Amino acid sequence: MTTYLIKNARPYGEDAVDLVLRDGDIASIGENLTAPGAEVVDGTGLVLLPGLVDLHTHLREPGREDAETVESGSRAAALGGFTAVHAMANTDPVADTAGVVEQVWRLGQEAGLVDVVPVGAVTVGLAGAQLAELGAMADSAARVRVFSDDGHCVADPALMRRALEYVKALDGVVAQHAEEPRLTVGAQMHEGDRSARLGLTGWPAAAEEAIIARDVLLAQHVGARLHVCHVSTAGSVELLRWAKSRGVQVTAEVTPHHLLLTDECAEGYDPVFKVNPPLRTDVDVAAVRLGLADGTIDAVATDHAPHAVEDKECEWAMARPGMLGLEQALSVVVTTMMSPDGPGPGRLDWRAVADRMSVRPAAIGRLAGHGRPIAAGEPANLVLVDPAHRGTVDPAALASRSRNSPYAGRELPGRVVATFLRGTPTVLDGKAVK
Amino acid sequence: MRRHLLEAADLDLGDATLVLDTAAQIDAALAGREVKKLPTLRGRTVVNLFYEDSTRTRISFELAAKRLSADVINFSAKGSSVSKGESLKDTAQTLEAMGSDAIVIRHGASGAPHRLAQWVRGSVVNAGDGTHEHPTQALLDAYTIRRRLGRLDGVRVVLVGDVLHSRVARSNVGLLHTLGADVTVVAPPTLLPVGVGSWPVTVSYDLDTVLPKADVVMMLRVQGERMNASFFPSAREYSRRYGLDARRMALLPDDTIVMHPGPMNRGMEIAAEVADSVRSTIVEQVGNGVSVRMAVLYLLLGGAPEGSS
Repeated sequence: MTTYLIKNARPYGEDAVDLVLRDGDIASIGENLTAPGAEVVDGTGLVLLPGLVDLHTHLREPGREDAETVESGSRAAALGGFTAVHAMANTDPVADTAGVVEQVWRLGQEAGLVDVVPVGAVTVGLAGAQLAELGAMADSAARVRVFSDDGHCVADPALMRRALEYVKALDGVVAQHAEEPRLTVGAQMHEGDRSARLGLTGWPAAAEEAIIARDVLLAQHVGARLHVCHVSTAGSVELLRWAKSRGVQVTAEVTPHHLLLTDECAEGYDPVFKVNPPLRTDVDVAAVRLGLADGTIDAVATDHAPHAVEDKECEWAMARPGMLGLEQALSVVVTTMMSPDGPGPGRLDWRAVADRMSVRPAAIGRLAGHGRPIAAGEPANLVLVDPAHRGTVDPAALASRSRNSPYAGRELPGRVVATFLRGTPTVLDGKAVK
Repeated sequence: MRRHLLEAADLDLGDATLVLDTAAQIDAALAGREVKKLPTLRGRTVVNLFYEDSTRTRISFELAAKRLSADVINFSAKGSSVSKGESLKDTAQTLEAMGSDAIVIRHGASGAPHRLAQWVRGSVVNAGDGTHEHPTQALLDAYTIRRRLGRLDGVRVVLVGDVLHSRVARSNVGLLHTLGADVTVVAPPTLLPVGVGSWPVTVSYDLDTVLPKADVVMMLRVQGERMNASFFPSAREYSRRYGLDARRMALLPDDTIVMHPGPMNRGMEIAAEVADSVRSTIVEQVGNGVSVRMAVLYLLLGGAPEGSS
């Protein structure tokens, strides 16, 4: 195994140091290090962070390999600075058995670009009726700890209660897609002034908030862990803040697109901006940024959702919801949360970015080797970022098989220069190694 | 004029007035003529691309194009383009490859004409998209009001009914506002969109109080099926609270006109004695629709010199 010597990188944006990566670990950190025979990576001017961890990725395999595969999604993840991604269960067949989660896990191992961590479905076929064999998935080689019907809400309150209780025995967590289905029949975009004018059926903020309110009460009642996917509204942030102040074991994530974009994007009816939950208002964007900054929202998770061209190049109502996110997630966080002209209380420093994009998501997913401190003896899951770089997003240049990036043509700051997975580079000079 | 007519917002006061004036000129030119045909669009091809059934709007556009001597192709694609197998984009490009100069589109999905306009070089006319807009309906309504009342500026228009699902309402609100009219929408709160507060209208839940001050009452079609989704308890209750019957008609000032875009649910939103009264412009609206659509096609395809916009 090749030894790597990273010169002059700034861990968490702090003082520059050298690092030796050997046998999968950080062997040493210090000044003026040498390592005979090592490959040298110049980290001058670059920020070093622990490898990013995504709690929410759609890799589409098995079932829609035309939109994404475990391998292409893994490459996109590595280029985005990730060393671990959770693969959502809404594949075809659904990841609701030990067999399917092991298949996805094995495909991830074969690709070898990130740790692909399968999420298991809560209910059989995501149908919301009967619990899937959660224990079998937890005990499988895939070691599933996060369970989600994402794409669908576990809407039945009794079933949700049982799921929350049951996964306590597995050290698991239920990741809820909070959407009261009876309030979102036919919903196309955020319900408000714009939906009224555009004639698109509204997705009310209350449909998300009602489920979060219910679920935090259930989680408290049964003493279980709850994770809330893709928080999108100001009201949701307020509910989470309240629940955390009461000691409820709840964690939450926000997507890059909900940090940056608003329902204004629906003007023009380009379905690349159709997503579930929908893009909300300026007020909501400000609230989720603040929630992420103060820790009410624990993590940034991409909800990377590749879709084939024909599923987006159509009428808005017929398009599938979802947008790409893996390759631009860090840049979006930099532009929304670190900008010097951004609001003071809503800002993150690099340590906080590492916390929200690596440490906390790894803890929520119970991933032992990820989200670790940058210290000697720790696994060498690392990413080197050039914060000064500015680039324009070109969907055709993405590693994903799909092109539905909402950031097309947008100039964003920050670039992933190198990613290391257990001491082996998956990205060098901004390019995927394989 | 712009290249397309997708929504009321595409028309500023000058454009909208130009359409109405052009329709008036066309009416005048054709009045009393035995052959109701102008040679303006000879050699041009207009495609009626209808994804929803709509006999009256399709016939109106067909007649408008034919009276301008354009070649007309009617392409009826029931259901969605996706369920049919061919995408809207492929269909549009196929039609254009055959030489269409303008596509008149009726579609169940809001925004479909906007998508289409990005994929074709020719003009796109929105003939009704989902619950979004139906701009030529608003133009013919404005034309009808102006003919009857002689003006639009300051005219008090009351729009009654299922505003939430109505593309006619959205286009009329936008266009009438541009033309200086004073619009009030009346409906049960369930049939008003969340966000109606941002519209340039007055909102009321009580029809009886607004009728005595109306110059125009525009009744919208209400589908009885809406009661199944609890938008209102029953057709009877809807009719009692929001229907225009003889008693309510008596509350109107003498010159007030009653409009309906059709097709009507007689006995639901409008009583037969109102629909058939002298106040009713319903039949006139249909005739004006042809003139206004002629004006739109003329201005988009033949009216303005090359290069102007």
